[in-house]
Amino acid sequence: MTPQLVVFFVLAALAVGGALSLIFQKHPIHSALSLIVVMVSLAGLYLLMGAEFVAAVQIIVYGGAIMVLFVFVIMLLNAGVEEHTSISKFAGFPGLLLAFALTGFIAATIARSTDSVQAVAQPGNMASTRDLSTMIFRDFVYPFELTSFLILVAVLGAIVLAQREKA
Amino acid sequence: MVPTNYYLVLSAILFGLGVLAFIFKRNIITIFMSIELMLNAVNLAFVAFSQAMHKLDGQVFVLFVIVVAAAEAAVGLAIIILTARNRQSLNVERVDLLKL
Repeated sequence: MTPQLVVFFVLAALAVGGALSLIFQKHPIHSALSLIVVMVSLAGLYLLMGAEFVAAVQIIVYGGAIMVLFVFVIMLLNAGVEEHTSISKFAGFPGLLLAFALTGFIAATIARSTDSVQAVAQPGNMASTRDLSTMIFRDFVYPFELTSFLILVAVLGAIVLAQREKA
Repeated sequence: MVPTNYYLVLSAILFGLGVLAFIFKRNIITIFMSIELMLNAVNLAFVAFSQAMHKLDGQVFVLFVIVVAAAEAAVGLAIIILTARNRQSLNVERVDLLKL
C-alpha cells in the first residue's frame, strides 16, 4: 500500500460519501454542501494525478463560482425540504435498478479492457502547466475563442431570462 | 502510483450516483446539481486517461467541459428562477405542463 494509494482511497471515499450525502439529504442546501465536498476531493485527486492547473480551476470555478451560484439561488428562492409523492416513490424502484445496471455496465467494460487502460503512468515527467497553456493557445485556440463567445451568450441569456418584466 | 483503472471505476461510481440522484430527487435545483456531479465524474475519467496516455488533450477537454458547465449553470439557474417565480414551487412534479 503506497502512500499515493492511501491518499487515493481517502479522497475516493470522501467523494463517494459526498455523492451519497447529496442523494440522502432532504434539504437542497445540504445537498449543495455535499456537492462541494465531492468537488474538493476531486480536486485532490487531480493533484494526485499531477494535473495541478485542472485542480486549481476545479476549486476556483466549480467549488467557488458555480457552487456559490447554486447556494445563492437556493437562498434567493427560499427552497425548503423537498416533498415526495406516491409517483416519485414508485419511480424509485426501476430508477434504482437502472442506475445500478448502468454503473455495473461501465465498471464491467473498464474491467474487461484492462490491457489498454491498466498501463501505470510513470511519475515525474508529467507535463506542466506551461505545456497545457501552450496547447490551449496553439492547438486549441479556435475552440478557446469560441468558449469565450459561449460564455458571453450564456451571460446575456441569463440576464434576459432572470430579469423582471416591466409591468 | 495509482492504477488508472481505479480512477475509472471511481468515475463510473460517481456517474451512477449522479444518475441515481437525477432520478430520485424531486427538487429542481438538486436535479441540476446531480448533472454537475455527472459532469465531474466524466472530468475525472478525462484526466485519468490523460495521465495514462501521457497526453494533455484530456486536460484541455476538462477545461472546456468546466467552461460549458459554468455557462450551463448560469442559464439553467436563470431558467429555474423563472420557473419558480411562475409556478411558486420547486418540485418537478408540479412543472409537468407547458402551459400554466
